[in-house]
Amino acid sequence: MSTAAHSAHSSQGKPAKPQAAAKPRTLWSLLLRNRLAAIGLTFIFIWTVIAVIAPWIAPYDPYVTNMANKLQAPSASHWFGTDNFGRDILSRVLYGARISIWTGLIAVGISFVIGVPLGGIAAYYGGRTGTVIMRLMDILLSFPSLVLSMAIAASIGAGLTSAMIAVGIVGIPEFARLMFGQTVSLREKEYIEASRAIGVKNTVILYRHILPNALAPLMVQATLGMGFAILTASSLSFLGLGVKPPIAEWGAMISEGREYIISGQWWLVTFPGLSIATSILGFNLLGDGFRDVLDPRLRSGK
Amino acid sequence: MSTLLEVRNLKKHYPVRKGFFGKQVGAVKAVDGITLSVEQGETLAVVGESGCGKSTTGRAILRLIEPTEGEIMFGGTDVRSLNTEQLRRFRTDMQMVFQDPYASLDPRWTVQRILEEPLRTHGSVPSGELKSRVEQLMEVVGLSPYQAHRFPHEFSGGQRQRIGIARALALNPKFIVCDEPVSALDVSIQAQVLNLMQDLQEQYGLTYMFISHDLSVVKFISDRVAVMYLGRVVELAPTKELFAKPLHPYTQALMSAVPVPNPGQKKQRIVLTGDVPNPETPPTGCAFHPRCPYAMDRCKSEAPVLRALDTGHQVSCHLY
Repeated sequence: MSTAAHSAHSSQGKPAKPQAAAKPRTLWSLLLRNRLAAIGLTFIFIWTVIAVIAPWIAPYDPYVTNMANKLQAPSASHWFGTDNFGRDILSRVLYGARISIWTGLIAVGISFVIGVPLGGIAAYYGGRTGTVIMRLMDILLSFPSLVLSMAIAASIGAGLTSAMIAVGIVGIPEFARLMFGQTVSLREKEYIEASRAIGVKNTVILYRHILPNALAPLMVQATLGMGFAILTASSLSFLGLGVKPPIAEWGAMISEGREYIISGQWWLVTFPGLSIATSILGFNLLGDGFRDVLDPRLRSGK
Repeated sequence: MSTLLEVRNLKKHYPVRKGFFGKQVGAVKAVDGITLSVEQGETLAVVGESGCGKSTTGRAILRLIEPTEGEIMFGGTDVRSLNTEQLRRFRTDMQMVFQDPYASLDPRWTVQRILEEPLRTHGSVPSGELKSRVEQLMEVVGLSPYQAHRFPHEFSGGQRQRIGIARALALNPKFIVCDEPVSALDVSIQAQVLNLMQDLQEQYGLTYMFISHDLSVVKFISDRVAVMYLGRVVELAPTKELFAKPLHPYTQALMSAVPVPNPGQKKQRIVLTGDVPNPETPPTGCAFHPRCPYAMDRCKSEAPVLRALDTGHQVSCHLY
């Protein structure tokens, strides 16, 4: 409470304060006070821990089939039941966390590493190059994201890697646009002009001055992008364009189990589905929380 | 004294585009043909009201804004002919101090890093000596070296401006463009910063181009003054001469607006009518004629040129 009052006061008193808000400690404490963001962070934390320690906590090998034991309902020995090959669903769900979080990280990484420089260059240098880059981004954005990622994944060939690349490419324009907007406003700041007057190279200015000052909204986008990436990658796997069948992946598991919904074996799809839902919910809540924490500061800085 | 900087017919026009294909329908003539020279070791003030192009002039001379036309000779070098890399290296000779000390320092960088940036960029100091050079710079501008690891928001406006000055000094420049360096500061702090700038000028033999709209500051710091109106220099004279005997009707009006700290003294104020014309469509002839109390027919058709009268007093007016 006292910290809240303090921060409200300081943001009014000094317009130069938003920069201080970017210091990790302030941001974290504000984030944890945001209840939804804290819930999101909890979900993400749990899934990340699971992803890391899956081999040690999984009760069974997720790939060993046991036809005698197939389609068992949830029980004490198989908490989440077994699938049509008799594999333990709990173990598969735990292993699936590794793939999903890994996919999200790589895909968002691709989007970030390509999109941010593109947006920064387009805005900083402007002119024809900038226009061409940003119109290309508009073209990418004009496709429905799932359709575009399907097309890309299909053209590279089904597999986990191509799913990551496809989802990564689809996410590029969001980062490019965000960085574009940030750079356009930062470019006119006097400290950028001061660096130019010193003779600092443009690439160095972009990397050392503009990127750090644009990082806060980019982190929001990256967090929200994780949720999107996990969902899209699972969708691709569900459609057969992502992970190939034996591998434990949530989307693929739902795809394999979908025919059994009608015959009453609900556990085949329910548990991977819940996993997807909770992990995405986690990232989206955290992303929204991030934005709530950062936004008022950013506005007061203008 | 030798001439350090010579600017001839400097222009900066911003195209005004309209329509889908961006057809150019006109131009905002922010700077429209400026000719002036700056002597080694002097302070040339550039004054004028908001929007007259004084900041654009300063930035165009440093090529922070690319000039549209004109010639800039700096110590024998044709600044406009330099390519990107040459210009980058040339920047060690000419630096800038900015108006807003709250905006001119990267909020995420410590003072140490800010002052190291010019040194690292040009590799002018071996990395082992960076720390001591930064300490030295801070002492020169009156800051304590122990503050080097603080962030800009931890300093007051005056202190921040000192950091900005230290950054400009880091490369041992010959020439510094000061873009209203004290207009964002309290009056008491203004005096401190101005004194500092004067001391530094003596100590390092600096040459200043001092952009300002505050005539009392200009009177204090400058050797010569160039008065700008709508992108052009209308009068250029030694400071004493200009304040004693302003010739151009615009300068006269400007001078009469300076407050005098003596309530007994009678003062005649020349109040100009009308507004500054739109620089996209400047008046024909002399740009000042619609507001000039002495306007003649000739002023409407013929633009006066800047002519030297006597004792280095230059004025651009048909009256003389």
